[in-house]
Formats: sequence, structure tokens, C-alpha cells
Amino acid sequence: MRRFLTQRLVALLPTLLGISVIVFVVIHLIPGDTISAMIGTQYKLTEAQAVALRAYYGLDKPLVEQYFRWIAAAVQGNLGLSVRSGQPVLAEIARSFPLTLELTLLSVLIALLVGVPIGILSAVKRDTLVDLLARLFALTGMALPNFWLGTLIILVLSVVFGILPNSGDFVSFTGDPLRNLSQMIFPAITLGFAFAASVMRTTRSAMLEVLRQDYVRTARGKGLAENTVIIRHALSNALIPVITLVGVEFGYLLGGAVIVENVFSLPGIGRLILNGIYQRDYAVVQGSILFVALNFVVINLLVDVVYALVDPRIRYE
Amino acid sequence: MNKSALSRLLRNRSGLIGLALVVLFLAAAVAGALSVSPYPPSEQHARDRMTGPSSHYLLGTDEFGRDQLSRVIRGAWNSLRIALLSVLLSSALGTFLGVLAGYIGGTADNLIMRFMDLFFAFPAILLAMAIVAALGPGANNTILAISIVYTPIFARVARGPTLSVKGMEFVTAARAVGARGGRILGRHIFPNITAPLIVQISLALSWAILTEAGLSFLGLGAQPPQPSWGNMLSEGRSLLELAPWMTVFPGLAIMLCVLGFNLLGDGLRDILDPRLRST
Repeated sequence: MRRFLTQRLVALLPTLLGISVIVFVVIHLIPGDTISAMIGTQYKLTEAQAVALRAYYGLDKPLVEQYFRWIAAAVQGNLGLSVRSGQPVLAEIARSFPLTLELTLLSVLIALLVGVPIGILSAVKRDTLVDLLARLFALTGMALPNFWLGTLIILVLSVVFGILPNSGDFVSFTGDPLRNLSQMIFPAITLGFAFAASVMRTTRSAMLEVLRQDYVRTARGKGLAENTVIIRHALSNALIPVITLVGVEFGYLLGGAVIVENVFSLPGIGRLILNGIYQRDYAVVQGSILFVALNFVVINLLVDVVYALVDPRIRYE
Repeated sequence: MNKSALSRLLRNRSGLIGLALVVLFLAAAVAGALSVSPYPPSEQHARDRMTGPSSHYLLGTDEFGRDQLSRVIRGAWNSLRIALLSVLLSSALGTFLGVLAGYIGGTADNLIMRFMDLFFAFPAILLAMAIVAALGPGANNTILAISIVYTPIFARVARGPTLSVKGMEFVTAARAVGARGGRILGRHIFPNITAPLIVQISLALSWAILTEAGLSFLGLGAQPPQPSWGNMLSEGRSLLELAPWMTVFPGLAIMLCVLGFNLLGDGLRDILDPRLRST
């Protein structure tokens, strides 16, 4: 196990380096002068001011040197300062990321709570009306844009029930768990809906596969109740691909959270990035995207490690 | 796709419904491109602002009195054009890189695929947002961003079958009679890896439509007054309670179009994947 872990960690280094290069290059694709882009068209800088600002942000150095300065500082936890707020970018990320993480985790929970039972039902009642409805749910869920679903939820809540989700300031989970959950539940449903559809499809096909296996037939032959066969014998094996799906999709849900946070006006990392883009605060955009990509890579590593723990064969592949 | 594959697709329920939806939206896109719509999409009818769906305006009007149906049709052109072009670019580049990596193998394969893997470390929408943010919002930059994001997927999809096809006897035979790399790739390998690529193109189109709509919704894609489904939906949000049709119909268009490409992709997979083929 230690060897496997070392191998994976060593393989992680070039990936992290590559990611940092991509983030750096993408942000430096900005045409023209970065300082002018940051200042915008409202203000005119004198040449001396522009030179001073460029020197302050290290933009007068060659691009390669700028990259190494940035990455050396980033390794030490310094992602620069936000041009708009003057705060360290890392502090802004630390403030907004817990919300995004909570939103993503809640959406995974909702997706599993909805997707797994519907998937089981659909497989057990294969080719019946229940199955047809479940598959329609999956098809719709995968085609529904989350920003539209979120908007429709707001429409129904405000027009039918006369309530506006997330009115007032956002409260953290540690501050007031109940109020926090009432603010997070609809965004989490919005983000988790499409994922619930994927979970349903994966559960259904895994269950159909497992239900054909000999040991399930044996369990039935022993005279076990159908519910016991399905829950104790079939489901435990059918859930393995669902766990894989959660691992693979978690990072993509972080991306989806960017849009959902915007729909529901939640101050998470998605809003931070988007406001960074609108306000041309490139240090924030660069730092936040690097942070999300790092999370993505680390989550994938954790998923691999969990598999290696669960299934020893993986280590020798 | 040959004639028998097409007839199998027409007998496949998912494929048929998917194809019907895709043809409907492609027809709408062509109509949008040729400006065939009940009204010019930007024409303002001052007396008919925010009127609900009626016989005059089937999908209602927006805050400027512009006909929503005409804008959805024009939006189909803008949204589908961006999706089609970006998938065309990413499939061409990705397939080229994937086939090259699979055929050459060794260090080149490792270099190309490890580079492609880096892009998988970013949630697609986030990378597309960053690229558009850097290049500036607009249709062309959206096409570029989506192409960059989806190229690695095609590289992966093309590489696997290339690896298995290049070891087959007919490729060895071609090499034995003196065929060169370019000819082997073009005449022998590429025609034998098209099935998974066709399926992937259909699915990628549905993701590209969603990504484009997402970017436009955030104000980073096609820019108003040019309608795209994403920016129409975004404009409608501020008037959600007063004119819900402004939000409902563009969203419905996105959903049905994505559903069409997903169903078509599923149908194509059923008929093109030999493991799933019943006959």
C-alpha cells in the first residue's frame, strides 16, 4: 500500500505542475496590457503609474520568470492579493470554499437518496410503467440545464408559495444549521438533480447485471425474502459503480456549483470566480481556478486510494 | 453511416425520437440563419411588451415587445452554430491527436496523452469560463473555449480503438505491401474507428449546447442583442414573476435539444456497438 501511495503521489507532481502552467497560460492569454485590463476604461493611468503598477505586480518580468515567481509563492500559500478587495486571494478562497463544498456534498447526498432507490426500483420492475417513468426521469434530468431548473424552482417558490429562497444574508452551517440548510436545500436540489439521473442510470444497469448472477439465484433458491435478496445481496455489489461515479463526478459538480451559486446568489467560490471575471480581478480568477483544479486532483487521488484499500487487486495493475 | 445502419437507427426507439428532435432543431437553426421567422427577431413591438403566449405571438414577447418564437428560432442558429463548430474543431483535433498517439505509441503517446490528461483536472465549464474570460466574451471565443475543453475527450476516444486496430492483420498486411504511415492511418485505421467517434460527437454536441448555454447565461457567451438560448434565459430571469414565458421557452428549447442529441447518441451506440447489436 505504501508503494502504491508513493507512486501515486510522485505521479501527482507533474500533473500539478501541468495544471499550474495551464492556469497561468490561460490567464495570460488576455490580449493587451494586464494592468489596463484590470483598471478598465474608467481611469487613465500616467505612464509612470502604469510602470509602477507593472513593477508592483511583477508584470515587467519575462513570462517564464513571472510563472516561477507565482508558483513559488503559491506553494507557500501566497496566491497574491485581490485587486478589488485588497485581501489575500487565499483568504477569499478560504471564506468562500466551505459553502461550495457544502453545496456539492449536499447535492451528492440528495442525488444518492433519490437516484439509488429509483435505480433499484427501475431494475427490479424492469419493462414496467415504473421502469419507463424512472428512465424518463433520468433522460430529463440529464438534459435539464441546472441554471434553468434553479430558475424554475425560484419561480415556483416565489409565485406559488410566495417565498424567496436565500433572501437576506447567507448564514454558515456552524452559525445556524437550520437556517443554513433552508438556504442550501434548493441550490443543492438544483445541482444534484442531473447527478441523481446519472446515479439512477448507473444503479439500474448495475442492478440488472447483479440480479443475473448465480449468487443472487442461490440466495433466492435458499428461500430468502425478495427484499433481503435485493438489499443484502444484490445492492451491496451494485453500489460499487455508483461509488466510482461519485468519485468521478465530484469534481464536475464543483464546476456546476459555479453556475448554481450564481442563480441562487450564494457567496461560494463560483461567485468569487465569476465576480473576479466581471471585475477583471485576475489574481482571484487564477488562484481560485488553481484551487478548484487542485481539489479535483486530490479527490481523484483519494478515490484511487479508497479503491486500493477496498480492492487489493488494483494495486498490482 | 451506411444504409443498413440508418434503417437500424430508424427502428431504434431512442434513436428515432432523438433523430426527430435533432432534425427539428437543425431545421429551426437553418430557419434562424435564413431569417425565416414570424417576425424579425430584433423587431420591437412597443404596444405588445411582455404579452403572454397568444395566436399573434405563440411564445409571447419580451420586455421590448420582441417575439419570443422568432428569438428562439434565431437563438437555435446561434446556439447550434457554436455547438456544431466547437464539436467539429474538437473532434478533428482530438481525433488527430488520439490516432497519432495510438499509432506512434511510446514516448509520443505518453507525451500527448499526459498533456490531454491535464485538461481533465478542470471541471469543463470552469476551464471554458477561464478561457472566455481571458479572450473576452463572444461567439468566436466561446467556440474556441469549448473546442479546447472537449479536444482531450476525443483524443481519448480515438486512441483506444486505434491501439486495437493497429495490431490487426489487415494493418500488418498493408504495412507488408509497403503502405506508408499516412495511408495506413487514413485508409485502414481511421475508417475502422469511426463508430465510437460518431457516438461521441452526438453526446459532445449535447454537452456543447449545455456549456454554450451556461456561458451565455453567465454573460460570457454570445452577446445581446444576438439571441442565444442561454442569454435569453438570463434576460428573462429579472422578469421571472411578470413574464415567466421569457424563461420557460428558451430553457425548454435547450432541454429538448440536449435530450435529442442524448437520445440520438444512445441510439447510435445501440446500433454501432457490435457488443450491443442483437443481430
